[in-house]
Amino acid sequence: MQKTHVTATVNGDVKEFLCDPSDTLLQVLRDELGLTGTKEGCGSGDCGACSVLINDRLVCSCLVLGVEANGEAIETVEGIGEGDKLHVIQEKFLEHAALQCGICTPGLVVSTKALLEENPDPSEEEARYYLAGNLCRCTGYDKIIKAVMDAAKTMREKA
Amino acid sequence: MRLDHCYSMTAHVIFSSELQKFTGVREATVQAEDYRSLVIEITDRYEGLSAADIEDMSVAINGEIIVEPMLEKIDHGSEVHFLYRIEGG
Amino acid sequence: MSEAQDFKYIGQRTIRPDGHDKVTGRANYAADLSLPGMIWGKILRSPHAHALINRIDTSKAEADPNVFAVMTHADIPNQTASGIRNILARDKVFYHGHAVAAVAAVSEAAAERALGLIEVDYSILKPVMNIDDATSNDSPILHDDLFTKGMPEEPKAPSNVASRNELSKGDIEAGFAEAEVVIEREFRTATVHQGYIEPHACTVRYDEDGHSMIWCSTQGHFAVRATTASMLNIEQTKLNVIASEIGGGFGGKLGVYLEPVALVLSKKSGRPVKMQMDRNEVFMASGPGSATRNWVKIGAKKDGTITAMEAKLCYEAGWAPGSSPLGPACMTVFTPYDVDNQYVEGYEVVVNKARCAAYRAPGAPQSEYACEMVINELADELGMDPIDLRLKNVAKEGTQTMYGPKLKAVGLVECLEAARDSAQYKTALKENQGRGVASGFWFNVGGESSVVINMNEDGTGTIVEGSPDIGGSRASMQMMAAEELQMPVEAFSAIIGDTQNLPYSNPTGGSRTTFATGMAVVEAAADVVSQLKERAAATWNITPEQVEWKDGKAFNTKGEGVLTAAEICGSAAKTGGHISGRGNISARGASPSFAVHLADIEVDPDTGKTTVVRYTAIQDAGKAIHPSYVEGQYQGGSAQGIGWALNEEYVYSSDGRLENPGFLDYRIPLASDLPMIETVIVEVPNSFHPFGVRGIGETGIIPPLAACGTAVSNAIGIRMSELPMSPPKILKAIQDAS
Ligand code: FES
Ligand code: FES
Repeated sequence: MQKTHVTATVNGDVKEFLCDPSDTLLQVLRDELGLTGTKEGCGSGDCGACSVLINDRLVCSCLVLGVEANGEAIETVEGIGEGDKLHVIQEKFLEHAALQCGICTPGLVVSTKALLEENPDPSEEEARYYLAGNLCRCTGYDKIIKAVMDAAKTMREKA
Repeated sequence: MRLDHCYSMTAHVIFSSELQKFTGVREATVQAEDYRSLVIEITDRYEGLSAADIEDMSVAINGEIIVEPMLEKIDHGSEVHFLYRIEGG
Repeated sequence: MSEAQDFKYIGQRTIRPDGHDKVTGRANYAADLSLPGMIWGKILRSPHAHALINRIDTSKAEADPNVFAVMTHADIPNQTASGIRNILARDKVFYHGHAVAAVAAVSEAAAERALGLIEVDYSILKPVMNIDDATSNDSPILHDDLFTKGMPEEPKAPSNVASRNELSKGDIEAGFAEAEVVIEREFRTATVHQGYIEPHACTVRYDEDGHSMIWCSTQGHFAVRATTASMLNIEQTKLNVIASEIGGGFGGKLGVYLEPVALVLSKKSGRPVKMQMDRNEVFMASGPGSATRNWVKIGAKKDGTITAMEAKLCYEAGWAPGSSPLGPACMTVFTPYDVDNQYVEGYEVVVNKARCAAYRAPGAPQSEYACEMVINELADELGMDPIDLRLKNVAKEGTQTMYGPKLKAVGLVECLEAARDSAQYKTALKENQGRGVASGFWFNVGGESSVVINMNEDGTGTIVEGSPDIGGSRASMQMMAAEELQMPVEAFSAIIGDTQNLPYSNPTGGSRTTFATGMAVVEAAADVVSQLKERAAATWNITPEQVEWKDGKAFNTKGEGVLTAAEICGSAAKTGGHISGRGNISARGASPSFAVHLADIEVDPDTGKTTVVRYTAIQDAGKAIHPSYVEGQYQGGSAQGIGWALNEEYVYSSDGRLENPGFLDYRIPLASDLPMIETVIVEVPNSFHPFGVRGIGETGIIPPLAACGTAVSNAIGIRMSELPMSPPKILKAIQDAS
């Protein structure tokens, strides 16, 4: 099968890759670009472990084709931190012990960033509904929601 | 000090319903110094009860579940229970 | 240990050592390792629930230029290894999704396509899909060599009942004769899955010289080594199993599914092989927890004294006899109650479903659900508060359990009192809301753990342990080492060793890691302390007894002088070489953890939809090393139990195919489904552990089933007796009642 040449900005760097037309963005990120921080939990858009931002829009990368990334700006969990410092969201996840096994964490960090960009002051209910696409089997979500609310507050104070 | 301490230890063994099929009794008094000799004693005493039947079970000695009891000392008056195996999740 | 110990580090909420890697995406899980030249393996699975395999023709797949290797059951070297027929079916498939053959090809997609080239000729048999059918007279028999174990008389014909268990104490008939109120009821629970978010995956490499490497996500890499080595006739020393980070297990990653297959494919192809189950395969072929049919009868006097408790428990094993947790189910069912007369009879039944795997407190949620539901009904019948009824009959130190030993100090009374005093219990309910309370009991286990603490030249230490860390246990290990050595938590890192560089450890399971591996850490740390004292003594030319270790430093009690760990370790070459402590133990004294949960649930009478409006989980931790991760276990267990109670179930078609092998239709709780889960950590120390720890990981999944079951029943005024209580079932119950 003929591969397609794709150019995309990934976490700020311009990347070029060859991509099978049926490859998902998730496969490209993990297998071509070595960005294994984005996880696969289902491959069908049901778990959110593969969440990434395309031009600041939250998507499940398992539902996007690699070729669709052409010319777009992709942000993955690897690009969330600021240089050698964690993003506030990441800090708050650690502080609140909002992860156990951590497989859902990259997706949740990315989704939380999207949430707080859209809505810097979400209610608990709004946060819960926004993050309903990110499954976590370990935590019961309690500490995740606390981390998200605390991150929102800290980010508002900083802004 | 009672004299029987010098010779051997007496343990009180309680068989699960599963093992009662072989032993015909629920409880027995067995003289043994350690778990290994206790198993030899009861498999000798009860025909049909084999060491393999016992291997499938967990053991509690004086209330404590012991995973690998082979070398366990049996104090005088100990209670030894055979239980179904416990697997965690 | 003394009753109230003062701790310097234990009990703090430190940042876990693996945390940065996990929030940045650097942490490597099962599917994250790729090797040069690597190819992809995939498994062909049975489309039928029950069928004979007449012939497997792999020739077309083998001829595919993209394919490097093809294998079937016959390619597994040790044909007598245990569990081998679940790895790849031999002459019969026993469930929809049963592995039949495997290929390795240049890409995942190519492997997938090649599976379509394998021809399997089946003779389809009628599937047996539940306990009722399996035990009916005209049921097909799954295994013609299966004779029920544990029957009073030797059975003459094969049966789908794999075994019978029985436990008793006291005189059950006399107990019921004394009773003034008797309640009996039958309950059913559906097949459920652990639902870890990370699918099973591995990357393996078989080298020409016979050495091999397995990288995989598992709760026990030593168990993976043992199973794989035995199936492939490899010496254990030639097989290194590396435990990747693990994305959830809950018992479901104790078993082995892919690794032996991947290694055979690697050997055949001469290439490293990666295999990853997709989500459908995870649901079809791994996991499930037993579906059950459980009957419980309880008798009491009018004052609430329970006189007799009786149960008949039936557990599905899936297709493989011995796979159900029937033993623990029987042992746990009545343990929260100090009642003289108890009797339980249990049956394990085989059906055409995937082989059951352990799932958090295996066996206990289903059996204790039945008991707790009847207890709550009894409280209603007696006009008693359900917590008072429990307190009146509560299991405590000295209670004779039905399974044998007497309980040591346990914290159930304290949990019940905390529930009674909780904010939630005092809050009034609104319309269409109901409240449920339930207790839970789990044994916890000890077992083998090995730990090495290597002291570095700068006086910091590296803890190497053999228990895969699923929920933050490395943080606890750091804290326990810090406490014992009286050095800051940050002075230690903690890693999970491979099977080749660390002594043996049992898997992470049975709530044993913080307890048993923690004990090994303490032992290794104490070993370090004694070596540090010896070295300081050598430096000062005094005896080790004349050295005191305090605040992370050695003090010369015979004169002037203080040496830090850094000073001692930095000059270790002069005093005898590298300092490392060791703790290889077979841990004793694991002690049960009891829990009490409260659930408030609102039911929409028009749709049957449930909303958990408030939830409190109370549990005895003995001593919480890292309270945040203890709370996390309580909350996570609660959420899984709530899912089990309200929505989760395997749905099968009439021909035995699993119809909902995905997260869309197998619905685990979402963030929007749950409220905050309030927690209370009760601490009744376990005197066998140096810091008082009890295992806490599993108990939390037990009480939600009956807490939710009772809450829904109370909300709609109808006694529900089947899980899950999904909206259609609730709606039907409401309609049937009116
Ligand atoms: S892997 Fe994309 S949503 Fe689950
Ligand atoms: S922390 Fe394990 S799935 Fe969320």
